[in-house]
Amino acid sequence: MKFIEVNNCYKVYKNGVSAIADLSLNINKGEFVFVIGASGSGKSTLIKMLYREEKPTKGTVSIGGVNVGKLRNRTVFKLRRKLGIVFQDFKLLPKLTVYENVAFALECIGLKSKEIRPKVIKALEQVGLKDKLRSFPNELSGGEQQRVCIARAIVNDPKLLICDEPTGNLDPKTSKEIMQVLEDINKELGTTIVMATHDKEIVNRMKKRVIVLDSGVLLEDHEKGRYKASETV
Amino acid sequence: MKPFRILFRSIRDSFKSIFRNFSLSMASIICSTITLLLVAIAIVVTVNVNYVTDTLEKELTVVVYLDRDTNEENINIIESKIKKINTVADVVYKSKEEWRIEMKNYSDTLNATLDYLTTNPLLDSFTVTVNDVTDLNVTAKEILKIEGVQTADYGEGMVEDLISIFNVVKTATLCMVFALIVVTAFLISNTIKLTIFSRRSEIEIMRLVGSSNIAIKLPFVFEGFLLGIIGAIIPVVATIYGYIIGYEKLGGSLSFGVIELIKPLPFVLYTSIVLLVIGAVVGMFGSARAVRKYLKI
Repeated sequence: MKFIEVNNCYKVYKNGVSAIADLSLNINKGEFVFVIGASGSGKSTLIKMLYREEKPTKGTVSIGGVNVGKLRNRTVFKLRRKLGIVFQDFKLLPKLTVYENVAFALECIGLKSKEIRPKVIKALEQVGLKDKLRSFPNELSGGEQQRVCIARAIVNDPKLLICDEPTGNLDPKTSKEIMQVLEDINKELGTTIVMATHDKEIVNRMKKRVIVLDSGVLLEDHEKGRYKASETV
Repeated sequence: MKPFRILFRSIRDSFKSIFRNFSLSMASIICSTITLLLVAIAIVVTVNVNYVTDTLEKELTVVVYLDRDTNEENINIIESKIKKINTVADVVYKSKEEWRIEMKNYSDTLNATLDYLTTNPLLDSFTVTVNDVTDLNVTAKEILKIEGVQTADYGEGMVEDLISIFNVVKTATLCMVFALIVVTAFLISNTIKLTIFSRRSEIEIMRLVGSSNIAIKLPFVFEGFLLGIIGAIIPVVATIYGYIIGYEKLGGSLSFGVIELIKPLPFVLYTSIVLLVIGAVVGMFGSARAVRKYLKI
């Protein structure tokens, strides 16, 4: 069952840089997909088009049957409520506690305080941070901050979790823990995960579907792929 | 209800963020306080200038003296003729007898002189007020044409100069108020822009976790509203107390009673409302405009 469909998609930035060229791919519900490629290969652009920070210049990107590129600025929030985004730089609010940061996502969409609390606790439990509710982000390690970011992304039970190099700022051991968290989310909650990365070790160990981009073109698409495949290029 | 929840949270968050970004909030508040003080001063000056010129203009009249021994029938005819001139607002008749009594009361010397005379040397008169003081000249000329009118006097020359000076002063002060309001709007909205610039990451995150644009804007709009209102407090207090105290110190007039000032009581309240409205509206629109820039991610 197709969940994400990218059809003949092109993206040319205003300064003339072509980031994506004639890209087509499908991702099914519940899949865990790595998007890999060197810097400038267009993987960040692809990720950004999924949550409609960028619009495709040509072609379509649709998620769950909704043409994302056609969404207007005013209605983008409806899409964002259905997906969770994990960033390399966490994007946590420094003046809010861990609990408030996660609750913020639910407050923003207008849930009742009564509904918010159990959801936040559940999400923080899922990422193993239940005992740090009152800490502020600057009191946490990088791995813990990333867990807060993941908790915030999944607190709204999204169908799709988009991760833009979530382990980019973390050491290998912490990265491994974060990947464990993501894999659990994928298995237990059935959330589709699309993750951009260039962490070889992770990709090779996880043995998930790997999409390799190079200069904006789809180079390889392997079930249970390895990072090595792309190294041959 | 969801919309109310969002509204309530917006109000709560706007209070929170005023305190959390205290130094920037203070910058906005001080900025609006200073500019609104200037606006307050300009309003006080302008309204008083207008009030003074209006009262002085009301005192400008055409005094019409009739030929000696005009009989009552003719007086009535002349009065109706004057009333027919369309620039005329009001006509008040004063007989020579009334003049005589008034003059006798005015001083003992006059009293003695008039008692000595067997006939009344004075003339019957009309005091004519006009709708628009610039028509004084025309009206006086029209009245002179009427039969039985001896003189129609309005202080030629001086009146025209006075009126043109009044007009220049009125327009100048009005322009000043308007310019100051524009400057205030610009300064306040710029300061608010700075506060919002420092919080663009917050807006970005709100966008990314799925806040609707309205839910993002509302707290900032409330914040702008509050900052504007708080910034208007000092100017309002200064206007109310400053004007009332100043009015009492001066005894309600300048130049030994020649120029009368406007009474403080409804006036300071209206001015305060104007200041509060300027602060609130400018704050709200300034914020809304500044946020809009960051809602395009």
